[in-house]
Order: sequence, then C-alpha cells, then structure tokens
Amino acid sequence: MARMKFLCDADRCIECNACVTACKNEHEVPWGINRRRVVTINDGRPGERSISMACMHCTDAPCAAVCPVSCFYTTADAIVLHDKDLCIGCGYCFYACPFGAPQYPRVGNFGGRGKMDKCTYCAGGPQQDNTLVEYTQYGANRIAEGKLPLCAEMCSTKALLAGDGEMIATIYRERVQRRGYGSGAWGWRTAYRTTVNA
Amino acid sequence: MRRILLAPFMVLFLALAAPGLIGGALAQPAAGARGAISAEELELQRMLQGGRIEGRTTLPDAQSEVLIQPAGKAWRDFHNVTLAWVGGIAVGGMLLILIAFYLGRGKIMVEGGLSGRTIQRFNLLERANHWMVATCFIILGLTGLNLTFGRHLLLPIVGPEAFTAISLYGKILHNFLAFPFTLGIVLMLLLWVKDNIPNGRDIEWFKQGGGLIGKGHPKAGRFNAGQKMVFWITTLGGAAVAVSGYLLIFPFWGEFGVAEMQLAHIVHSIISVLMIAAMLAHIYIGSIGMQGAFDAMGTGQVDLNWAKEHHSLWVEEQQKREAAAPRGAQPAE
Repeated sequence: MARMKFLCDADRCIECNACVTACKNEHEVPWGINRRRVVTINDGRPGERSISMACMHCTDAPCAAVCPVSCFYTTADAIVLHDKDLCIGCGYCFYACPFGAPQYPRVGNFGGRGKMDKCTYCAGGPQQDNTLVEYTQYGANRIAEGKLPLCAEMCSTKALLAGDGEMIATIYRERVQRRGYGSGAWGWRTAYRTTVNA
Repeated sequence: MRRILLAPFMVLFLALAAPGLIGGALAQPAAGARGAISAEELELQRMLQGGRIEGRTTLPDAQSEVLIQPAGKAWRDFHNVTLAWVGGIAVGGMLLILIAFYLGRGKIMVEGGLSGRTIQRFNLLERANHWMVATCFIILGLTGLNLTFGRHLLLPIVGPEAFTAISLYGKILHNFLAFPFTLGIVLMLLLWVKDNIPNGRDIEWFKQGGGLIGKGHPKAGRFNAGQKMVFWITTLGGAAVAVSGYLLIFPFWGEFGVAEMQLAHIVHSIISVLMIAAMLAHIYIGSIGMQGAFDAMGTGQVDLNWAKEHHSLWVEEQQKREAAAPRGAQPAE
C-alpha cells in the first residue's frame, strides 16, 4: 500500500486558489468551511512564498490522539479520516492540529460547533463508497475510483503534489536539482517527521 | 591598482550577499536571490522557540492565517499526559484517601450524643442555592471528566454509538449548566462571604487538626477554617472555571486565537479536576463522614449538640440574638 501525502512546492505556487475552488466544488463544501486554503508568508517582502495547506494526514495524527470520542481512523493508504456520526463537535482536534485543518459548520454559535469537517484526501468516509450518504457527509470519493485528490490534479503549475510520499518526494527532489533551489516540503517535518533533502 | 583588483570581488559580494540593497536588477537566479527561506528550518525554529508560521489568506477567517502551530503538540501532551495524570491522581487519590479515612476513623459521631433539640443553620434560599450549585457541579464534573477519561473508561464498555450519544448530550448539558452554576456561585459569594473572612481562629483550627484528624473541637464561628477553604475553593475556583469555560463556549471570541483557546482549556481543566477532588472531600464530610452534618443542608435544622461541638461561637451568638429578640421572631420548629 502507498503512504499518501501532500507536498506543496512553494516555489511554484502562484496563489491562484484553484485548489481551494476545486475542493469546494468537488465536495460541495458549505459556506464558512475551507478544507484547503492558501497561506502566503512574507507577503510583499523578500522570501514571499504561498503554500497550499489542508489536512496533511499526519503520521501519529494529533487530532486522533486528543479526540474524546475516538472518531478518527487511518486507512490502509495512511489517510486520516473521521466518522461524523461519532464526532461531538468539541473542537479539540482544532487545538491539537498543527495545520488548522479541522473546520466546523457553526463556529461561534454557543453550545455546539456541529460535526467537524476536514480534507478527506478525496477518500470519503466510513460510509459505503460512492453512495449519496457518503457524498452528503464527506464529499466525493475519488480514491475509490482510482483517482488522486482533485486539488493536486487541478493545480495549474503542478505546485501541489498528491500521491505516494516516496514518489512525490522524488519528483520534488528532481525539480529542486534541475532549477537549483527549493524551500522544502512545507509541513513535512511536523506531519511526517521527515524532510525532503535535494 | 588595489581598487581595480578588489572590484570584481565587490560585485560578486553584492550580488550574492546583499541583493535586497541594490534591488533585483543585479540579482542572479541563484538560491539566495529569491530570498533564502527553508520550510524545514522555519518549522524547526518555531518548534524549538515557540511561536508559529503565519501568513495572509484571502479568507475572512483569522484562524486560517496560521500555517503551522507547533503549540498544538504541547497542548496534545498536556491533554493526553499531564491532565490525565493530574486528574487521575487528584480525583482517584482523593477517593482512595476518603475510603481509607472512612475505614480508619469511621463516621465522626456527635460526642455528646444527639440532643433532640435543633437550631436553624441554613435558610431556604441558602439551601436552594447550595443544591442548585451542587447539582450543576456534579453534572458539570461528570460530563467534564467524561471528555478526558470517558474514552478510556466508558467507551470500551458502552461502545462507540452509545458513548457518542452520552458525550454529545453531556457536552450540551455542560454548556448550558454553566449558566445556573455561575449564577449560583455569585449568589453563594453574596450570601456567605461575610462569614468566611479568614481570621486568627482559623490558624488555631488548623493547628488542632480541625477536629477531623485531631481530637477535640476547636472553637469556630458560623464556618470553621475547613469550611472557609471549601467556600473559597468554590467561589474563586468557580470564577476561574467559569471565565475560562465561557471562552471555550464562545470559541475564538474577539481577538482570541488558537493559543488562547489552548490556554483556556488548560486553566479550565486543571482547576476543574482539583475542584472535583476538593468537593469529593466536602461531599464525604457532609454526608457519610459525619453524624448530623447533612441536616444543615437537608432540613436546614441541625442538632444543638452538633452545632455546639463544631460551631460553638456561632451557637453562642445565635442564642444571644434569640434571647434579645422577641419571642415571635423565632423560626418555627
């Protein structure tokens, strides 16, 4: 089995937000929820980089570690998913997540945030694959169709890579060697405790 | 002559080391030219020194601007390790101490025996407020403990669906009961603060072991030093738990970000488990631990001998007042 990861090549990302739009459209993500976002650091200064960030599907995921109801599980492809029927919307996963990935449909409305929503790596949820109930709760299940996440597929500059960790790291290393620079794989140290050295 | 020799080196130096000073015109497409920035270094630095990697997004959500917050790891360690141990030792340890105390010393009896005559200790408002706070506290405590320990203790027994139902309704109860709890704490402060100001007798009370550990009954007013401690733990602890709790109910209120939410949770949970431990002792001594004590909050009428032993000064004061007041003003018996 593959070990699925995301890698954002920040030297290629042009902050077009196509990944964000693709994600919202593919999964019909409601207002106020962003499973993926583009963060620009050093905006307008030397060293400006844009990084597309979503759930990184961590090794030893912090969300799963702190969840009071143990609603998280990891698939054979190392994708971190959760069961919305078990989630109580306590918000703990957001406090623990290094990447701000967990989202809640009713933030600020006291008494309940609603069921947490996050990037599923286009792998749906615990429901039967590619059913209406799965789509309503978690969005499309492209992995079950043999496809990779749409955000990475849509990326116009191929900055965002999705797929087996070893394969996308190899692609990134080759790029860095060819062009002679690279700011590294954002979030990899935090999420996977590895780095990509060219 | 020397100047001419140095010139190529100067150009090279400027191009490599200071592209920012001379603008982009001279900059070569080398590593440094785009502004040296390394994901790995930034992540490691923020992780070791605290802080986070932040930027700008187009979303109208301040939380989305945080790219990586290593503090999540520290909060995870607090929640899974520190809180579990502190809470486990405080609550479990207190239960063990109380069981050992009950087995060792047994129920503390009224030494002079029950007199059969009673004296009013708490009026209806005081008792109603006490039980409102107590009911809220017990439910808040149990639902709160469930969030930290339920996953390990209750989930394997009842199964995931039932556990989610319990936790979900528990969370709703926890959020809504916060309001009567806070109201009760404020009322409690107003009703009893005048009798709970610490004074010199409290030191004497502690020296004598409070009649609980030691022998004999040190003099005490309406509340002895132990009860004063319970009062201040309830009001001050309750205030801290209420403030931190409201920050958690209204997440990311105002300028508060994820760091403030983590801090609010840490304050809320640690004070809560310590309060639960303290209240276990309070519940014990007010029920099975001492003969005659429950009546104070039950009927409000306590046995005169119990009152004389535990609150001698208060009884004297009450009897003096009774003697001075006209007969009709006495509470009905």
